[in-house]
Amino acid sequence: MLHFARWKVISVAAVSVLGMLFAAPNLINSKMLEGLPSWIPHKQVHLGLDLQGGSHLLLEMNQNELISEWLETIRDDARNVLRKEKIGYTGLRPTQESVILRIRKPEDQESAVKALNEIVQQLQGSVFTGSGGNDLKIEGGADGLIKITPTEPALTERINAAIRSTIETIRRRVDELGTTEPNIQRQGQARILVQVPGFDDPQKLKELVGKTAKLTFQLVEPSMTAARARATRMPPGTEILPSSDEAGIEYLLKRRVIVSGEDLVDSQPSFDQRTNQPVVTFRFNSSGARRFGRVTRDNVGRPFAIVLDREVISAPVIQEPILGGTGQISGNFTVEGANNLAILLRSGALPASLDIIEERTVGPSLGADSIAAGKVAAVLGLLGVVVFILVAYGQFGIFAISALFINIALIIGALSILQATLTLPGIAGIVLTIGMAVDANVLIFERIREEVRAGKTAISAISSGYSRALGTILDANITTFIAAFILFWLGSGPIRGFAVTLSIGIITSVFTAFTVTRLMISYWLKSQSSRNIVVPI
Amino acid sequence: MKFKGFDFFPHGTHYPFVNLRWLSFTGSSILIVASIAAFLSIGLNYGIDFQGGSLIEIKTKDGPANIGELRNKIGGLGLGDITIQEFGAPDDVLIRVERQSGGEKAQQQVIIKIRSALGDSVDYRRTEVVGPTVSEELKVNGAIAVITAILAVLIYIWFRFEWQFSLGAVAALVHDVLLTIGVFSVLQLEFNLSIIAAILTIVGYSLNDTVVVYDRIRENLRKYKKMGLEELLDLSINETLSRTILTSVTTLIALLALYIFGGEVIRGFTFAMIWGVVVGTYSSIFIAAPLLLIFGVKRDWSGFGGAKVKSSAG
Repeated sequence: MLHFARWKVISVAAVSVLGMLFAAPNLINSKMLEGLPSWIPHKQVHLGLDLQGGSHLLLEMNQNELISEWLETIRDDARNVLRKEKIGYTGLRPTQESVILRIRKPEDQESAVKALNEIVQQLQGSVFTGSGGNDLKIEGGADGLIKITPTEPALTERINAAIRSTIETIRRRVDELGTTEPNIQRQGQARILVQVPGFDDPQKLKELVGKTAKLTFQLVEPSMTAARARATRMPPGTEILPSSDEAGIEYLLKRRVIVSGEDLVDSQPSFDQRTNQPVVTFRFNSSGARRFGRVTRDNVGRPFAIVLDREVISAPVIQEPILGGTGQISGNFTVEGANNLAILLRSGALPASLDIIEERTVGPSLGADSIAAGKVAAVLGLLGVVVFILVAYGQFGIFAISALFINIALIIGALSILQATLTLPGIAGIVLTIGMAVDANVLIFERIREEVRAGKTAISAISSGYSRALGTILDANITTFIAAFILFWLGSGPIRGFAVTLSIGIITSVFTAFTVTRLMISYWLKSQSSRNIVVPI
Repeated sequence: MKFKGFDFFPHGTHYPFVNLRWLSFTGSSILIVASIAAFLSIGLNYGIDFQGGSLIEIKTKDGPANIGELRNKIGGLGLGDITIQEFGAPDDVLIRVERQSGGEKAQQQVIIKIRSALGDSVDYRRTEVVGPTVSEELKVNGAIAVITAILAVLIYIWFRFEWQFSLGAVAALVHDVLLTIGVFSVLQLEFNLSIIAAILTIVGYSLNDTVVVYDRIRENLRKYKKMGLEELLDLSINETLSRTILTSVTTLIALLALYIFGGEVIRGFTFAMIWGVVVGTYSSIFIAAPLLLIFGVKRDWSGFGGAKVKSSAG
């Protein structure tokens, strides 16, 4: 138990040295780090948002919006098909999860189903799901009823695609903030986690990330006002939308969209040349420019509306045909508002709106305070433990303490290599490990004391002390590890950081107790000249 | 040079721990019933993690905060139940606002309103908004985490020892968890996500202690085949007593440093752990071990792990 093969000695020493080497970059600041040769490890511990400050948003996509939008498209497609085939129908409308309609003549039902199959598309399919199958299921029921339902895999595919594009869009928007290393990732079915370190203006972040930014240009219905339409009857193909900045003002607009945000190729914040007000300039792509030119040519003297997320930003009157494909949006913008809108338009619209379901922001001052407090607690905790162990175990205590320092180096080194996130509870985990890591040595040393009292010689007492304590130490630490693993599995953010440092601490403290201190004790035994070695504990 | 350790604790003690079981069982039962009663009557002071709502930590820029003035400014915003309290320092204030009715979007307005009411006169240190969906999930996940941990441990101990040990360890754990929930109910300390983390760590720590005692019991069961069970349990607890106390002390030293110097944000978390270490140490000695006397244990361990004893004897 006390003899070490040379390769074991070398590997224990190597692990300890590597641990210190990888932990070392954390002792110096990052500027000095850049000046060092490249073979020296550069990775520092990655600090969590609670320590370095930053914003954390958890967003949830409104899947229902996505589905109902799709159902409306299906309804329009179905209408076109049935008109083309000249099949009479009534009651065509989307329900919760399907589109239903009724064929007037029951004998037409079969041919209607056949014709409607035209709008069904094959799914792409993947390695995992095999060939895709269809995106819609068309069923005929009694009395000429037909039900068109999106299939489960098709819905999943839609949601996945929407989440992917949402993440891309959000990334483009967050990149505009110019912060370093934002973390944007999917969570679960329809959630997106956005973490922006060092950015503590959650309001601005939410304005950028949470906006759908669906931009449309629509004509204002000239035949009557919104108020009159509400009082009497809505003209066909129109809708009423509110103004974005004037409370109570409403516009009656034609539903048909002339051009939408998808046709924009660029947009920039700027100032109006005459009024010096902040505005947003934009440029259409060629097809957008053509359509916009044609409609403005036909509607000179009438107003059109610029609509963002179903609110009218402004409704200017068309003075002359706008043929160049460029234009500007002037609302009651502040400079920042114009800037944000330009970013939103450049980065594109989200496929569906997002709800912010969790928000946590830590300012840089609190983060710095937490780090300082954590450091003080760690140093004092360490000091207390060191003094206590020295008093309790004397010379062997020095071995245990050396092992403890190597242990801490290993934890920090491992955190640096794994680029695991260190959070405030994570620091607590390290401090707790300082207390608990000593446990393995305490178990061993107490066992050695017992063996000595039982009359064994130093060597056999130490040797059996180690071997008898092994099983206990493993059992005791595996149970703690189970708890840490469950924490990691179910926890999130700071809690997960705690679970990580706790688990790493358990592994390293078992390692150091069984190799580092044992190695030291074995060298100490060899160095004793006397034949009657007295265990100094 | 010889530098010998100071052996604090008397060895070869014969404290009759198991004999005190009726006292400890009665005492613990009363505490457990009291904890459950406190939980059911007073209830936990759930933080926004589990209840939903908003939280803002601010630091005033000029001198100590005037809580009354802050209350006047924020009270009129119509945000429902609001608590404003000093947080660790006289210029540090924590404002908590209850969950707003009206879904996820309504929660977002709280921070906007408070920020516009307070303006630039304060430094915004931390803002947190947890919507109804997330708080429900965190609640469920927290409960699942604690229950899963206890079940996992039950299975592990069963596998490594015997069912009696497994049951004893889990009884001690449930005891620790209930007493922690009890103390949080009585003291009305904020119960948030990090307290769940603390409870799980307590589960790990308390078990660590219990396993050390159980390990020694198992070893002594093999060694002293004729000794009475009560005597054997006492012997095992006494033999491991110095270790139990030494480890508790080092862990408590580290935790106290954290509690005093680690900052206000994790004070609740470290309090829970300190409580857990104390309760966990007690339950290993006074609950987990004596329970074996009630459950009874298998006395013949010759078939199991016998080889280990032989190899380690040399």
